[in-house]
Amino acid sequence: MANKIWVYIDHFKGQVHQASWEAIGAGRELAKELDSGIAAIVAGMNVDEVAEQAFHYGADEVFLANDQSLEDYRAEPYASVVSTLAKEHNPEVILFPTTTRGREIAAMTAVDLDAGVMPDVIAMELQDGKVLATRPIYAGKLFSKVFSTTKPQIFTLRVRAFTKPEADPSQKGTLTAVDVPISEDAIQTKIAGYSQAEEGVSLSDAAVIVSAGRGVSNNPDLTPPDGMDEKEAEIWRAKEGFQLVGELAQVLGGALGASRAAVDAGYIPYNHQVGQTGKVVSPDLYIACGISGAIQHQAGMRTSKIIVAINKDPEAPIFKMARYGVVGDMHKIVPELTKIFQQRLGK
Amino acid sequence: MKIIACVKQVPDSAARVVVEDGQVTWGDAPLVINPWDEYAVETALVQTEEHGGDVIAISIGSETSKEALKHALAMGCSEAILISDPELDEIDSLTAAKILSAAIQKVGEVDLAFFGRQAIDGDMGVTAAQTARVLGWPAFTLVSTISELNPGSGTIRVERSIEEGRQVVEGKLPAVVSVVKDIGEPRYPSFMGIRKASRANIPTWTLADLNLGEFSVQVKWPDLINPPKREIKTEIVEGEGPEEVAEKLADKILEEKML
Repeated sequence: MANKIWVYIDHFKGQVHQASWEAIGAGRELAKELDSGIAAIVAGMNVDEVAEQAFHYGADEVFLANDQSLEDYRAEPYASVVSTLAKEHNPEVILFPTTTRGREIAAMTAVDLDAGVMPDVIAMELQDGKVLATRPIYAGKLFSKVFSTTKPQIFTLRVRAFTKPEADPSQKGTLTAVDVPISEDAIQTKIAGYSQAEEGVSLSDAAVIVSAGRGVSNNPDLTPPDGMDEKEAEIWRAKEGFQLVGELAQVLGGALGASRAAVDAGYIPYNHQVGQTGKVVSPDLYIACGISGAIQHQAGMRTSKIIVAINKDPEAPIFKMARYGVVGDMHKIVPELTKIFQQRLGK
Repeated sequence: MKIIACVKQVPDSAARVVVEDGQVTWGDAPLVINPWDEYAVETALVQTEEHGGDVIAISIGSETSKEALKHALAMGCSEAILISDPELDEIDSLTAAKILSAAIQKVGEVDLAFFGRQAIDGDMGVTAAQTARVLGWPAFTLVSTISELNPGSGTIRVERSIEEGRQVVEGKLPAVVSVVKDIGEPRYPSFMGIRKASRANIPTWTLADLNLGEFSVQVKWPDLINPPKREIKTEIVEGEGPEEVAEKLADKILEEKML
């Protein structure tokens, strides 16, 4: 029996992104109803171990493309691997994790197969044998139900939206080695190297996020060093403030976020921005410090499971979304929280 | 160089977008150029300032989308083209990619096509990659820096953002590039630019102009819904001084068993 549900396993140099396993979990639900198995696609160089892991997480079959041309990730050859296989085997559904790689491989695969692509879905159900998916649009201000009229139906699944199955090291399956359908000469991009590794926990993957907004520069107890003009002093205060927030994030094993206001004011680099023009996140715990909660910020974090707000202004809109609120000065509360969690969590 | 900047008109990011009677509405919030696309226009302008040439802004949309194109013109683009057709009411990303590819080919001798990372209405984030694939051009997506662009040898080197850091990628022109915010703040339209844009004549191309026949749009969205309301009872944590407040708050958080 051919496996109708396919899952693309995203990895960086053999390190699998967790959302790939979540996709196998989501695929399993569909596969049950369609009375099918799951085939995983693993592409890379020396990634036999990844294929092995895919079996542990529930793949019945793995298509393994192991080739020098796949050593560094490039969308072109990776998409060609997926689309060539799909033309041969005609799956009903192909699931990708919504990582930067997953999204663009899905996009290109859809072109190759002349199929519809539906990125970043948060739920799927079967209706008359077709997958009806839910995807947030307008940064989650609305939900859109989507389906494709043709096959394969291609989706990317939002990170942390589906449950990761338990790995079972005793599970095995059918391994099929496949060729890369495009030669190195025909690939139009070359990887010259890597620069600037990301530090700390990535926002999209984080289970805990501690964020700060404009209020981060308002610590009245700080005296900036002599010789700074007003703007320099403001930035200096903000950096001191983010230091406190960062320490709390670190103790909680979380990531450091920021509002657009804080990023636009030059307090912190853009890759920390949460919101409609930043990252849309969905952690278990979101602690907003000195963030008023503009609609553009809310759009980026409203699906967090537990929201905690610390703000001096009792009228700040963020309190309306918060499970717990503290009306007070973040510069006083945050360091105390860090100390207490250090003790309680034994760090 | 001949550079295309693809732009879309969207409701302002501060808009309260809701569904009423099955229709999306954003009240009296303005329609604006997609904020991500401003970065694409900026990048395109910077490259022509350095290497010479022109930037042509292209948008798919209804007549109102001319306002987004005028913004691009006011920033400094030399030309703008609107692709509009009654057939284009609800198109999917693949259809958009095919139309943009046809438009880019009709313009002819294009070196680069710039895109924003995604549109803030549909949040698809696939159009740049799909357009490149349709054209058969290399795709450089989520680019944070253009380290080198050499029109003479027709080569480009960029840094792109991936989860693990930045990847340095090289390739040949013509190419598709999508940019992220790190690429550089978009300029404000100048007074002269705004005056020029207000008088600009923006041509409209139809599907027939692009020699494109009927499309079968494959992705359908039968329902748009408001996200389920979250029943949140906010509990304000109080105490004598920051230490006690923090103590109580930590207790509450630990009770949720999330950590």
